[in-house]
Amino acid sequence: MLVWSLSGRVLVWSFAALILGVIFVAPLAVIMLASVSQQWNGILPTGFTLEHYRDAAGGAERDAVFASLVTGFVASLLALVTGAWAALALRARAGRWGDALGVLFFIPSAVPSVSVGLGLLVAFSQKPLLLNGTTAIVFVAHYVLISAFAFGNISAGLSRLAPDYEEVASCLGARPGYKLMHVTLPLIAPYLVASFGLSFALSMGELGATVMVYPPGWVTMPVAIFGLTDRGDIFTGAALTMILVVTTLILLLGLERAPIRSAAPR
Amino acid sequence: MTAAAAFHTAADSVAPKAPAGSGVTFDRVSVAYRGAVVLKPLTMTVAAGEILAMIGPSGSGKTTALRAVAGFVRPASGRIYIGGTDATDLPPCERGLAMVVQNYALFPHMRVSENVAFGLKARGAGRDLIARRVEESLRIVGMSQYSRRFPRELSGGQQQRVAIARALAVRPRVLLLDEPLSALDAQIRRAMVEEVARLHADLPDLTILYVTHDQSEALTLADRIAILKDGELSAIGRTGELYHRPPNRFAAEFLGRANLLPVVVEGKARDHGFVGVRIGDAKVVVSGDDHPAGSRRLMCVRPQNLTLTGDAERSNSIEAELREIHWQGELTHLVAAIGESILRVVATRLPNPPARGDRLSFFFSPSDANLIVEEAGV
Repeated sequence: MLVWSLSGRVLVWSFAALILGVIFVAPLAVIMLASVSQQWNGILPTGFTLEHYRDAAGGAERDAVFASLVTGFVASLLALVTGAWAALALRARAGRWGDALGVLFFIPSAVPSVSVGLGLLVAFSQKPLLLNGTTAIVFVAHYVLISAFAFGNISAGLSRLAPDYEEVASCLGARPGYKLMHVTLPLIAPYLVASFGLSFALSMGELGATVMVYPPGWVTMPVAIFGLTDRGDIFTGAALTMILVVTTLILLLGLERAPIRSAAPR
Repeated sequence: MTAAAAFHTAADSVAPKAPAGSGVTFDRVSVAYRGAVVLKPLTMTVAAGEILAMIGPSGSGKTTALRAVAGFVRPASGRIYIGGTDATDLPPCERGLAMVVQNYALFPHMRVSENVAFGLKARGAGRDLIARRVEESLRIVGMSQYSRRFPRELSGGQQQRVAIARALAVRPRVLLLDEPLSALDAQIRRAMVEEVARLHADLPDLTILYVTHDQSEALTLADRIAILKDGELSAIGRTGELYHRPPNRFAAEFLGRANLLPVVVEGKARDHGFVGVRIGDAKVVVSGDDHPAGSRRLMCVRPQNLTLTGDAERSNSIEAELREIHWQGELTHLVAAIGESILRVVATRLPNPPARGDRLSFFFSPSDANLIVEEAGV
């Protein structure tokens, strides 16, 4: 314990609660209140209603929920597979070249997502790579933006994995594929799950690139929320935001409780 | 039929591509990491059914040599033969080996039985064979009742037994043990050393390459010992021979404690295989041959081979002044001085302990002392 005195601990906890409350809880609380408000003209809203949720649960908004879930799932799965592949491959090529290639993966996360969207729009506007106006370009945009996080997470897991497990497995007769499926991947399973969860959460909230590339029939939740608030429909936008938050939260909690057999080495 | 006998009778090999036979030969094997040589050309053979212990200080190259056999490091030069077949270019999974490492490396997501079955499943063995081998292997190491547990539910000693069972289940041609007991506490380690010795007595055909920095493990278990220093083979020989007649200073000092006293060779003694030497004013006889008269050598005699009582007619006797005396329960350690040299003596029973400053005669048998050429020690 860093702080021993009671008064010091109270002070530290109060400060932490204040920071947490102002930065994290307050914005979310405002959105939650707005989603169930009839009007909000003063400091606090007036009137309670679920009408905005009814609006958000039908028509275009429901399609946006579906589009976000599918996009998040496909992009996260792609990021998981390729991130794991890249992390495994670069671990085998440890050294200067391996490190340099690893850094390449992180470049998209350092570029504004709008720029990534613009780049994809230009790159895939000509045959034979004509993806403009298709759902696939949304998947690609999300994949490009989240793959760095998947790669980083899995690389961290692999770096913590003692080589003994894989060496003993090889010595016992396991070929590389068998070793990968039965030893390496199960041992880093918590990192794979965390990687998928983080990728999915990032994808669910992605707006900048999506707004540049989305086709008319594939509007994701952030785009729909942006559209609603842009048109002044703040309350329905808030309701859709809450649906986005709850959906993401349910999925992340579900992943956290996934029945992974105590894979972490003890 | 004993567990070990049952282990041997089934002829259902699951490693068809592995080199036939057992035994390992290093033929001028060297290993380098990024240009730095960590194992200088090593030539030695581990006979089939033999336990060869490789010992040496950290960085001596013993683990590197083991990893070269396993296929985890590629020799910069030389060839490695397993059972007479060149295995240098074979991937680890095709070498027909098994390995037990310091931290056990039991797969934490698998139960004990699944861990033991791992190698057999990886080699595509049938379900019946796997069940039989798992049961046999766990029985050999006395872990049958723990088959449903996860590794985290076992003690260190139990985990090590499971690791050995996992290695035995695939019936390796050579079992590689890389400091397998060093993570255990002293008491469990002693018990495990005895268990490994019993295991080899039960499985006499099993070739074991045992890497350790613990000389007592090596002395207890090994048929032969190879001592490495600075990436080079310093000495190799049968355990007793190497202990009693170390060929160089490093072997003498690394394998147990040794008194190394400078002497001058006087000439051949009456008995064949012995020479007379002069140590200070004293003349003694030690085992040795081919040491020309007048040459300077180191006389090696182990502390426990020196006694305070002896037959002056048949034993050697040297006088020294007692500097220190330490009672340690079962043993008493004496430190005495002969001129510039220190003489260490371990006595098991000392009814009348001497006092510091006493001049004492220490006796030793000629066959318990040998000569070392000082320059030969690498």
